[in-house]
Amino acid sequence: MNPKRRLSLAVVFATVGLIVPAAGVAQAAPAAITMWTHNGGNAAELADVNLTVKDFNASQSKYKVIVKAFPQASYNDAVAAAAASNNLPCIVDSDAPNIPAWVYAGYLSPLTLPASLTKPFVPAVKGIINGKLYSIGTYNAAVGLFTTKTILAELGLRTPTIANPWTLAEFNDAMSKAKASGKFDYALELGNNNTGEWWPYFYSPFLQSFGGDLINRAGYKTAEGSLNGKAAVAWGNWWQGLFANGLSPKNETADQHNNGFVTGKFAFAWDGAWDGPNFLKKYGTDLAILPPPNLGTHPVIGGGSWEWAITRTCSSSAGANAWLAYAIQTKYLIKFANDLGNMPVTPAAAAASPFFGPGKPFAPLQDFSAQLVTLRPPTPAYPILAKVFENAARAIKDGGDVQNTLDGAVDTINTVLKSNNFYKTKK
Amino acid sequence: MIALTEISKKRKKINFKDNKIGWLFALPAVILLLFFTVLPIALSLTLGFTNAQLLETSNPKFVGTQNFKSLLGMSEFTLHASRNADGSVAKDEHGKPVFPQVRSLTRPDSPYVHLRGMQEIYRFGENDKSGTVHVILARDPTFWRSMTNTLFFALVVVPLQGGLGLLLALLVHQKLKGRNIFRTIYFIPTLTSMVVVSLLWQFLLQQNGMINRAIHLVIPGYINIDWLGNTHTSMYAIIGLSIWQAVGYHMIIWLGGLQTIPEELYEAARTDGANKWQEFRYVTWPGLRHTLVFVLITITIAALGLFTQINVLTQGGPLNSTSTLVYQTFSRGYQEQQIGAASSISFIFFILVLIISLLQRILTRKADQ
Repeated sequence: MNPKRRLSLAVVFATVGLIVPAAGVAQAAPAAITMWTHNGGNAAELADVNLTVKDFNASQSKYKVIVKAFPQASYNDAVAAAAASNNLPCIVDSDAPNIPAWVYAGYLSPLTLPASLTKPFVPAVKGIINGKLYSIGTYNAAVGLFTTKTILAELGLRTPTIANPWTLAEFNDAMSKAKASGKFDYALELGNNNTGEWWPYFYSPFLQSFGGDLINRAGYKTAEGSLNGKAAVAWGNWWQGLFANGLSPKNETADQHNNGFVTGKFAFAWDGAWDGPNFLKKYGTDLAILPPPNLGTHPVIGGGSWEWAITRTCSSSAGANAWLAYAIQTKYLIKFANDLGNMPVTPAAAAASPFFGPGKPFAPLQDFSAQLVTLRPPTPAYPILAKVFENAARAIKDGGDVQNTLDGAVDTINTVLKSNNFYKTKK
Repeated sequence: MIALTEISKKRKKINFKDNKIGWLFALPAVILLLFFTVLPIALSLTLGFTNAQLLETSNPKFVGTQNFKSLLGMSEFTLHASRNADGSVAKDEHGKPVFPQVRSLTRPDSPYVHLRGMQEIYRFGENDKSGTVHVILARDPTFWRSMTNTLFFALVVVPLQGGLGLLLALLVHQKLKGRNIFRTIYFIPTLTSMVVVSLLWQFLLQQNGMINRAIHLVIPGYINIDWLGNTHTSMYAIIGLSIWQAVGYHMIIWLGGLQTIPEELYEAARTDGANKWQEFRYVTWPGLRHTLVFVLITITIAALGLFTQINVLTQGGPLNSTSTLVYQTFSRGYQEQQIGAASSISFIFFILVLIISLLQRILTRKADQ
């Protein structure tokens, strides 16, 4: 069924539904605005999204937003497939690094929010391309190396700082000591049971810290030398060693990921801010949030999180923008940050955060976010870079030859770049 | 596919006039098949010759047979060991010749134009004296791995699932008390979605899962195997759960076949003094020929299309040990976003299934007459 027909049917049904209970009182049906979101598997986040939608729908009678939540693992594929069949919903959310690709492919139209509303937002959550704002996020995220002060003391480890992070040797030493202590099943919890964007977000910073990258950022025309050069191979050997030496489980289970650190089975967790509240509940003031190690060039974490955008095919763009303007009110931004353990995105929301701000428990994550972020490459090719990186990192984890795997990854990326004519801006 | 072979048989020419009503009845099915089978196949063939991208489906360009070349391209190369300054073969500490990296021949600026972008899949015939080794290179090693995985899976699953289905059918065909309970138990997995089955088996198969714990009880010194995470066991784990899920369906088909065999034949056989094996060999088995053809072809086609379990459990890994043609098509089309290249894989897959099904039809035709 084509979207227009589906829409008109929906309107018919909605009209019938409204008229019947109102006993014949005629009333214009609100325009349906469909929204797709990635957080089908995240009850707390979905609840906050649903709250903004419920309140928005009740606040006016012109539009009715309808939420459809997807599991994160298949969300991007679903959007790409919908776009190919011209069936995109009105509102989508997108992981920040995918925004350039979606804009390039013509999925999105610029937001029409008043500048006064978007001005207070931190730059990290705004998708600005060619000077136009295409997306905006209701929360920000950061990654850190979680452990406890007790563990650091017991293993006799120095507490690293941003100015003086662990070196590669110190990091390896810490992992070996944790493993050798016999107190833990494994030294490091990495969450490798997750798929998709998790891999580049959590693990490509290690590659960048070694001095490699997913692509050569000078022109974004080749991955040769960046993803298969000396630094990348050094990263690959180190990465493979984490699993080969039993420091981290080769195939983590969901239980290990969710409970491994809080049950004391893992000494360290390389995890996102959103798991912080859980850790804090268990360890309280003993919780230590360490910066990423400097594995060669500098310490790195990934940046950017999920952002809201409006599609070009949206038939009631005004309504979609109206919802977005409604959803980025401070009271909701506070909920998005506080319910999910994420970083607030405006000063007003930050003031109400129990976690972030000077002297608050997750202040270190805020510092990492301000000082150590290397954004995932802002190119339309990013979704492919991400997938190829995931495949390569998995193959290396599973014991594949490092140089061959990375060479193969480079060939795949370069082939795709070439067949897309290096993503030259379309006329 | 069956329809195609019917036509290929040298029967009399199809006569539309004599059988108008018949064709009228067939019309809805023919129209559906045209739209949902023939048209997509034609589209996929066409797309397979273009560089269509998922992000840019509006203006794909024809690129000739390039997609097929980059899938099927293979090359053999004799690699010469590095030489010392005096011209002798350079050796490492074990006395083995030191070969240059294959990558040095396949880089985008390599002087060997035909080797650019290829990857090694196999090397053989290493000669220490002359310092040479033969290297087989492929343009797309994953494709060949997916192809062999798919064929291996079908080769194991078809006889095993068919045979096990028959065994179960024979068991529940006996006049036992409560046989309907067993029929139901064996059939339940078939009614369960493959995604659900896969997730359940993920818990059973993981390193601290139930299967490993059960083995531990029997063999105390056993070191837990990560069934899905080990390149040697992953495919067998997939085979095991696939058969478990689907065998009930073929049990029912076999059971249907068993019930069409008249009881008199068994009575006659027993009167002639046939034992249980002879009864099976000379009454049951010949009576199941039609069923055999159906079971063989349906399992083969389903086995060649292996996808769901792979997508849920392993994403083709570890190290491509469970990648299949359909999974690679999906991965290339949606994840690497190269619809054109993905279409060329699906077209090759279509040809493969067609050839295998035709072969099976030809080999079993006699049985069907």
